[in-house]
Amino acid sequence: MNDGDHKAADVTVRWPEVGVAALLLLIAGLVIADSLRVGIGWADDGPRSGYFPFYIGLMLAGTSAWTLVGQLLRWRRTTAVFADRGQLAMVLAVLWPMVLYVGLIAGLGIYAASAMLITYFMRRHGRYGWAPTAGVALGVPLFFFLVFERWFLVPLPKGPLERLLGF
Amino acid sequence: MEELSNLGHGFAVALTLPNLGFMLIGIVLGVLIGVLPGLGGANGVAILLPLTFSMNPTSAIIMLSCIYWGALFGGAITSILFNIPGEPWSVATTFDGFPMAQQGRAAQALTAAFTSSFVGALFAVLLITFLAPILARFALKFGPAEFFAVQLLTFCSFVGMSKEPPAKIIAAMMLGFALAAVGMDSVTGQLRMTYGVTELLKGFDFLIAVIGLFGIGEILLTMEEGLAFKGKSAKISPKVVLQTWKELPRHWKTFLRSTAIGCWMGITPGGATPASFMSYGMARRFAKDPQAFGKGEIQGVVAPETAAHAAGTAALLPMLTLGIPGSPTAAVLLGGLLIWGLQPGPMLFIEQKDFVWGLIASMYLGNIVGLLVVLTTVPWWAAILRIPFAVIAPVIIVICAIGAYTVHSSMFDVVMMLVFGVLGYLFKKLKYPLAPLVLALVLGDMAEASFRQAMLLSQGSLAIFWSNALVGSITALALLMLAWPLASHLRQMLRAREPGGVEQLR
Repeated sequence: MNDGDHKAADVTVRWPEVGVAALLLLIAGLVIADSLRVGIGWADDGPRSGYFPFYIGLMLAGTSAWTLVGQLLRWRRTTAVFADRGQLAMVLAVLWPMVLYVGLIAGLGIYAASAMLITYFMRRHGRYGWAPTAGVALGVPLFFFLVFERWFLVPLPKGPLERLLGF
Repeated sequence: MEELSNLGHGFAVALTLPNLGFMLIGIVLGVLIGVLPGLGGANGVAILLPLTFSMNPTSAIIMLSCIYWGALFGGAITSILFNIPGEPWSVATTFDGFPMAQQGRAAQALTAAFTSSFVGALFAVLLITFLAPILARFALKFGPAEFFAVQLLTFCSFVGMSKEPPAKIIAAMMLGFALAAVGMDSVTGQLRMTYGVTELLKGFDFLIAVIGLFGIGEILLTMEEGLAFKGKSAKISPKVVLQTWKELPRHWKTFLRSTAIGCWMGITPGGATPASFMSYGMARRFAKDPQAFGKGEIQGVVAPETAAHAAGTAALLPMLTLGIPGSPTAAVLLGGLLIWGLQPGPMLFIEQKDFVWGLIASMYLGNIVGLLVVLTTVPWWAAILRIPFAVIAPVIIVICAIGAYTVHSSMFDVVMMLVFGVLGYLFKKLKYPLAPLVLALVLGDMAEASFRQAMLLSQGSLAIFWSNALVGSITALALLMLAWPLASHLRQMLRAREPGGVEQLR
């Protein structure tokens, strides 16, 4: 591996490692706290509800604390790369539209939101013209509409557009 | 031979026209899933599971397991032609498969890969046919303590056999158990860990977790690479197939070794991915000319593919007989069985004979159909791979969202899918394994129930796990597995203490 003078554009695993371990520690805390609330001992009819999760929480806390402390102790020696900034930018360029997409499903229904997501990707990442973009962006939701609403009779989230069209 | 007559009956169940049709659909969908990045066996089956709720369970499981076979076949196509492993277990196939394609021997590599997949699966199915009924009969004697001990063994073997840091394996596992415990306690009816959120009453569904972790997480990972598909095209002519087939029997030792590794890793939940790497390593070690590996050696394709497919198939053995899946995809199939009201485990072999033997028969047929389908349709799949990622990625996201929504028709699940997706990305990057998380999420309730029942029997004493030879030896084996990395870690530390010792790399 390289000896510390890695490129400035690289993000090391330090902060992500600490963040994930801390998150797990937090979850472990929630599990332990609620197990204590519902009881970790025995009732007349057997172990209480917190009996099993309590130890799960303890083990989760122990192992994530191990990772967290281990990372903090090795802070300066850590050179492993999480990703470089360009890669992270790419990941975020996909993640935000995804978050927005899920938000839009709730408001506009899944078909309209999907058409918008596909349009965004094809225009922004694929640099396609409007004609092929429109073909895919309209064709794919239409296909899923037929498969789910018509053939399998599984209703998917619909919005104002579908209501306008009478579904 | 009772097994043979049962199997014959199973063929009668599987060989009906609609079931053959479902098999074909399953294989084609499976190859498609295996070829596309972001969709794999586990989340592919998870997404399609809700669509099968209205089908009869036998047809449904035949179709879903065929999707799994298809995905196993499909992973090889992308590895060989594009140097992009469609599935984690086909990473080892790229080592020699892609060089072969570069040398213009793509057709041989593909034929070898598909044929070895088929051979590996066939041996594993034979194993299931004859071993499963015996194991099921044996497991009928199991009490709650034995069941919990077997589950303990399952989870401890993850720690003993994976390469990830043990603390991270256990953390991932415990997160799975913790998420499984959320919601209503099935024994006392007590609500736990919902913190007043009504959506959490029914707990975290593992299907959502699988779609997020493997689907969305994989998309994020793939996006990182920017992804430029530069593939070799391939046409498979019958002549090349026959030529390659003539050459393959020479490698019978590799086949046998890889099958053995695969079956072992599939039954113990090592899974297909480590099996493929281990088998590749063994093939190289035992080869006459180890230098040829990595440069387009056909054995380098045969070994990982045989092992991966054998492991993938053998993973269904513990799922059917003990209710403990050997891989994430087997875990999803297990979840399907539970939803259809079939309790996997030894009783399945007594109460649902049609179902079990129909499924086993379909494994034989599905793999034959799969081999024929992939050999004849490779150029089309290669063409699909040339569709740019900017088109494929949003479509896969849409498919994942639809899949997550249809599980319970709930928007909350779609949001959770996204959360699991980000978690999956972080976990993959930080080397937390995903398989134990998923398995723990599926088995959590069962493990907890058997643990509590065992504790009830013993009035809270852990000594019940050593109360007889059977449960005692399983428990001992489990603890041995758990201690394995600790022992090797100690050895490493001792070595590192020595002056000039190896500096610890991470």
